[in-house]
Amino acid sequence: MLNHFFTDPITLAAAQALVAGLMALGMMLIASWSGIHLEKEIVIALLRGLVQVVAVGAVLLYIFKGPALVGFVILAAMMALAAKTAEKRAKGLPGAFKVGLYGIGVGAGSVILLMTWAGVIDTKLTALIPIGSMIIANSMNATSLALDRFQGEVRSHIGHIETALALGAAPKTAVRPYAQAAVKASLIPRIDSLRSLGIVWIPGVMTGMLLGGSQPVHAAFYQFVVMAMILTVSGLASLISTLLMAGYIFTPAEQLAIGVQH
Amino acid sequence: MTHPPTTPLPKLEARDLTRQADGKIIVDHVSIKIFPAEVVAIVGPSGAGKSSLLRLLNRLDEPTSGTLYLQGVDYRETSPRELRQRVGMIMQMPYLFPGSAAENVRFGPRQRNEGLPDAEIERLLARVGLPGFGERDVAKLSGGEAQRLAIARALANNPEALLLDEPTSALDEDAKAVVESLLEEIIRSEGLTCVWVTHDRAQAARMGDRVAMMEAGRLLRIGAPEEVLRA
Repeated sequence: MLNHFFTDPITLAAAQALVAGLMALGMMLIASWSGIHLEKEIVIALLRGLVQVVAVGAVLLYIFKGPALVGFVILAAMMALAAKTAEKRAKGLPGAFKVGLYGIGVGAGSVILLMTWAGVIDTKLTALIPIGSMIIANSMNATSLALDRFQGEVRSHIGHIETALALGAAPKTAVRPYAQAAVKASLIPRIDSLRSLGIVWIPGVMTGMLLGGSQPVHAAFYQFVVMAMILTVSGLASLISTLLMAGYIFTPAEQLAIGVQH
Repeated sequence: MTHPPTTPLPKLEARDLTRQADGKIIVDHVSIKIFPAEVVAIVGPSGAGKSSLLRLLNRLDEPTSGTLYLQGVDYRETSPRELRQRVGMIMQMPYLFPGSAAENVRFGPRQRNEGLPDAEIERLLARVGLPGFGERDVAKLSGGEAQRLAIARALANNPEALLLDEPTSALDEDAKAVVESLLEEIIRSEGLTCVWVTHDRAQAARMGDRVAMMEAGRLLRIGAPEEVLRA
């Protein structure tokens, strides 16, 4: 209907955003009639989200005209921000930023470089930045999940870990079962989403490509590529960060550095 | 170090051993000598620093000052792993690793890439009254059986000294008596040097050659059980 009124693509997109925003406000009214008062949060979130994403769009407009190097610089900055976010989730663990940065940097960095080299990711910034940021975001989520789970496992198994140490085990041996459980837990959501791909949901990349007029089978293959990259990067990032963290939670004299003080 | 010929070299010696954590003194300048084949029982109210002292003796925690000698050698000259293998520890809870009883017994030697023959595992299990338990899943053991398996697991390392942190206090009355007499029999027949932490004064009197009384991180008295416990 909207395209009858607006012919300029930007004006049309803004009108579409307005309709979607009004729809969300409608939901907010229904919720508030039901006694769920989130008016302030929803209005702020809608405005903030709109301003942020349009600002990024405007910035991308200029960046997309730059050389490929700009893309890698932006992705590196995103990795640092992602490590900062993972650090917040891993509160209580020593060296979380460094560990997160290694996990995300090595995990996402190697996948992006390998896939760019193989020609799976285009070096054109219009492809490199969105796909790269998606890979980084997923490595961040996997790292946060893994470190959070690792911390929980270690704190609930302090007795077992110290018993293993008291029997002469190396720190890495003493925490191995808990590191493995953490990496596994961070991968299960990825495996599940790959398993249900196409049946339960048609994810973002494919949706976007179809909306952009791509041929469905082409879009489907590319969606699989993206999912496989996400699985790989999640595994690498959570594995690297958990294994590194397994070293950080011990003192040089091989004592558990987190937990109750005796 | 020189010793008069009549005094044997202590198996374990703490000299001004102190640990401070979060601004609190938990173990306060404790000096104690534990001689070979001797059992020293440590008693005192909860929070006295008994378990904390024990943790310093096999370096599960780091002393903030003072030192510890194992067989006359400063603890810092031995790697933490070797020290812990030589000074075994039995905790209040068994903390068994998931799997079979035999896998638990094998754990310590395996850390040094030493295999343990099946016959040796069976001997250790029989030693703690669990003959034929090798393939048993540890999840199916009773509290007393689990603690006995933890003892066999510690013995598999051939420790020179054994630290016992309230080894019977989490058990019911029957299992408590069984585990205590089992430990007594093993300690005496193997001539093991032991530090036994307990809040039970009667147990300290039964088990200790000497009894040490701790309070607020300090070692108040040490001597013959009847003297220390009467005061």
